[in-house]
Amino acid sequence: MADPSATPDFFLRTLLASPSLHGASIGDRIYRVTTTAFALSIPLLLVLLAIEVMVAAWPALRQFHFGFVTSTEWNVVDGVFGAAPAIYGTIVSSVLALLIATPLAIGVAIFLAEFAPPWLRQPVAFLVDLLAAIPSVVYGLWGVFVLVPFLREKLMPFIADRLHLGDTPLFSGPAYGPSMLAAGLILAIMVLPYISSVTREVLMAVPRSQREAALALGATRWEMIWGAVLPYASSGVMGGIILGLGRALGETMAVTMVIGNRHEISASLFSPGYTMASQIANEFAEATNDLHLSALMAVGAVLLFITLLVNMLARWLVWRVQRQERA
Amino acid sequence: MNGAPSAVSGSLSVQDFSFWYGPKQALFDISLDVAPQTVTALIGPSGCGKSTFLRSINRMHDLLPGARSTGRILLDGEDLLDRGVDVVQLRQRVGMVFQRPNPFPKSIYDNVAWGPRLNRTPSRSELDDVVEHALRRAALWDEVKDRLRQSATGLSGGQQQRLCIARALANEPEVLLLDEPASALDPIATQRIEELLWELKKELTIVIVTHNLQQAGRVSDRTAFFYLGRLIEYGPTDQLFTAPREERTEAYITGRFG
Repeated sequence: MADPSATPDFFLRTLLASPSLHGASIGDRIYRVTTTAFALSIPLLLVLLAIEVMVAAWPALRQFHFGFVTSTEWNVVDGVFGAAPAIYGTIVSSVLALLIATPLAIGVAIFLAEFAPPWLRQPVAFLVDLLAAIPSVVYGLWGVFVLVPFLREKLMPFIADRLHLGDTPLFSGPAYGPSMLAAGLILAIMVLPYISSVTREVLMAVPRSQREAALALGATRWEMIWGAVLPYASSGVMGGIILGLGRALGETMAVTMVIGNRHEISASLFSPGYTMASQIANEFAEATNDLHLSALMAVGAVLLFITLLVNMLARWLVWRVQRQERA
Repeated sequence: MNGAPSAVSGSLSVQDFSFWYGPKQALFDISLDVAPQTVTALIGPSGCGKSTFLRSINRMHDLLPGARSTGRILLDGEDLLDRGVDVVQLRQRVGMVFQRPNPFPKSIYDNVAWGPRLNRTPSRSELDDVVEHALRRAALWDEVKDRLRQSATGLSGGQQQRLCIARALANEPEVLLLDEPASALDPIATQRIEELLWELKKELTIVIVTHNLQQAGRVSDRTAFFYLGRLIEYGPTDQLFTAPREERTEAYITGRFG
């Protein structure tokens, strides 16, 4: 982003002012114009998309102002739209996913980068990465047929009755199955490969001299990893986590299938909830009046804004580690 | 901390030490004795095994697959290659400084405190003392005392290398190993490191690998010349440089190969 060669302005100036272009053959010229046009079309597409969404969202945003993100009422018949439950559900399910996935993913990455024998490293890394290739709807089906029944019959009763946590706000209410907890768990599995593979990469990029420094000071292997390797890679690991967050925020299909789709804010993880992405997916086909459509577009705008922000933060953090490594 | 080291601690005795990287033998029957409170320089052309030998003294090869050795390296009479030796304790007794400065990307203070924090949880004031003492011994205290909380990566190369020495000293080692510690530094920074070694020698045993013969002549009491994995000649530095017994030593120090 700070790289000046990444701005469209730079491309244009290169294209128009480059002295080599004057002497270049016509073929070179066409080639350069074509590739530049292709390169520019992607950022342009993003800008157009953002504008289009904002324009479509404008009527709803103008009518409800800030109330759109703070109100919990979503009434299609009366034309009152507040997206707070969906925003809340998106954030809570994603954060829950990160809380579960991060320690696991970092553990997997440490094992693969530091402890796994070479014959085991590649296959396990490959399988973990493969988790990212499973179609979202398949996760959803697995969630509906395996995870949700398991939660309803085993895990939820266990937490509520055996651990006696049923009276705490976090785990209160009936065990339906489809719930914020189910969404968090399924998202955790889905974002794990992202966090794990970025973490593995940055751990392996930590220079040998750092490891030797730690060992020579009398560190055990574990102390070396914990006290020297992980801190060195920490901002890259952070980037991986945020990349996972970006993924979790936008995930639609699997979440829609297990979260219960209820437009309500509840402190309990056992209660059904809603996310921005599932709300759009569920209601878009049925939205007939203009305000409803505009409200869904506004939800999309909020989601777009949040995910763009999160992804930019992630890229920036990973970029910082790589720059540090080169220096 | 065990206070001032007694005169006997930090003596090294190497007996018939051989070392292999997988099938390739890198060192052949090395035998030499290093007295406490001296500086011993290891010289020789690249690939001669001097660094391999140095790294064997604190068992940095342990994690290398396929590395093995025979013979003995006695530290104060105890074989440090013995299976029963706790490598972690060994490395606290035998500190090491590497070719390129490798401070952690942490504050100056946290770099020096890293070793002491490993095994014990010293009190705040105790740790402050250890850090100050180590930085003073490494002749760095006056330059950094006002910015102990700033990142070590902001220091100059020479300062970083002295910080790495301070970091090693904070463990109160008996032996300090240095692997071409000045090869990445400018002449002034190099001179400071050399002066430092003279001071440190009063308290501990120093073994230094160097490709710089003048440096070996300036800093060391005894010099060992390695060639193709063998110890060719080992003796007082003055004698080795002025009246070498071996022809190959003479050829090397007069620059006929290198």
